[in-house]
Amino acid sequence: MIKIKYGISIMLMLMILLGGSMGWTAPLPAVGGVLPDLSPGFSLPKPQDGVVIIEIFSMYCPYCQKEAPNVNKLYDKIQASQKLKSKIRLVGIGVGNSAYEVDVFRKKYSINFPLYSDGDFKIHQKLGEPRTPYFIGVKINSDGSHRIFYSKLGEFGDVDAFLAEMVRLSGIK
Amino acid sequence: MKIKANGFNATMLLFGGVLIAIFLAQPVFALSDAYKENIYNPGVLKPIDSKLKVKVGQKAPDFTLPAVAGGKIALSQYRGKKNVVLSFVPAAWTPVCSDQWPGYNIVRDMFDAHDAILLGITVDNIPTLFSWTNQMGKLWFPVLSDFYPHGKVAQQYGILRTDGVAERAIFIIDKKGIIRYIDVHDINQRPSLEVLITELEKLK
Repeated sequence: MIKIKYGISIMLMLMILLGGSMGWTAPLPAVGGVLPDLSPGFSLPKPQDGVVIIEIFSMYCPYCQKEAPNVNKLYDKIQASQKLKSKIRLVGIGVGNSAYEVDVFRKKYSINFPLYSDGDFKIHQKLGEPRTPYFIGVKINSDGSHRIFYSKLGEFGDVDAFLAEMVRLSGIK
Repeated sequence: MKIKANGFNATMLLFGGVLIAIFLAQPVFALSDAYKENIYNPGVLKPIDSKLKVKVGQKAPDFTLPAVAGGKIALSQYRGKKNVVLSFVPAAWTPVCSDQWPGYNIVRDMFDAHDAILLGITVDNIPTLFSWTNQMGKLWFPVLSDFYPHGKVAQQYGILRTDGVAERAIFIIDKKGIIRYIDVHDINQRPSLEVLITELEKLK
């Protein structure tokens, strides 16, 4: 019995040692999978049979700054569509950004969709420490469960094409 | 036998605790895709590795350094005209440094509101700084090279680390040339923008 305990302890130690020395990180959000629990910093909005698009950004990231007007255009297009307005929510999470820094970014680019602060990188770590900007598309099912249908690094390019892709991949009506 | 097992478990717990502490000490930063795979991660470094030679209230040592945009810039040229924020960062192409100045680049209005200029300084040479800062977009503030004689200005201020890079440090110098604020920051972390702006507000 004691030998088994020793064996388990040694295995655990090795796992911790390997994990620690290799800088183990959580995996990036996988298409087909679900988001980890990101509370208390962020809780996933639940538009019924809808979609949540999450932008992982930082006010210190040049590409996020460059992409900000494009993301605003995406939000405006969603808001302008009677069909999509109630179905698609757009949110941003500022990784490593204090509430103050997120607010600076919001004001600088006149952002009208909700932005969350992840000042201590807790959400960033749970999401596998993606580079920024990083976009995640999540389909909310009618029973409240969800599924990731898009998970990609970098700017999304053409707004209309990206929005059409979100609708197609999520299967929202 | 029971005593032996408990002793072993205690050792395991202690050893495990140390390993978990190492695990938790992994560096945390978010990196912009602007730099692709070109950022070198030095891991967690000793937070501060130098001895400050200046203090708040004293006159800031003057210096003249070459700028990436060409020409030379002297601290004294701002005397009587602008408050000056010196932002020393350790090295080009490293994680936290790469995501510090781009943030300052979108808040020029905050510096202007406090009649302040920002001078970014590293001990890298001009070609390296040129390539690196090009990834940040067009910067509104001068970037200066303290490369040769190596780290002379960092040495003057007492922020040259034993491995030859500068600390991650901020100095606020008022229009009279007096040092009003010093933050020799943990090299592994980015200083808070809010604190910097609050300190600029105190200059009024």
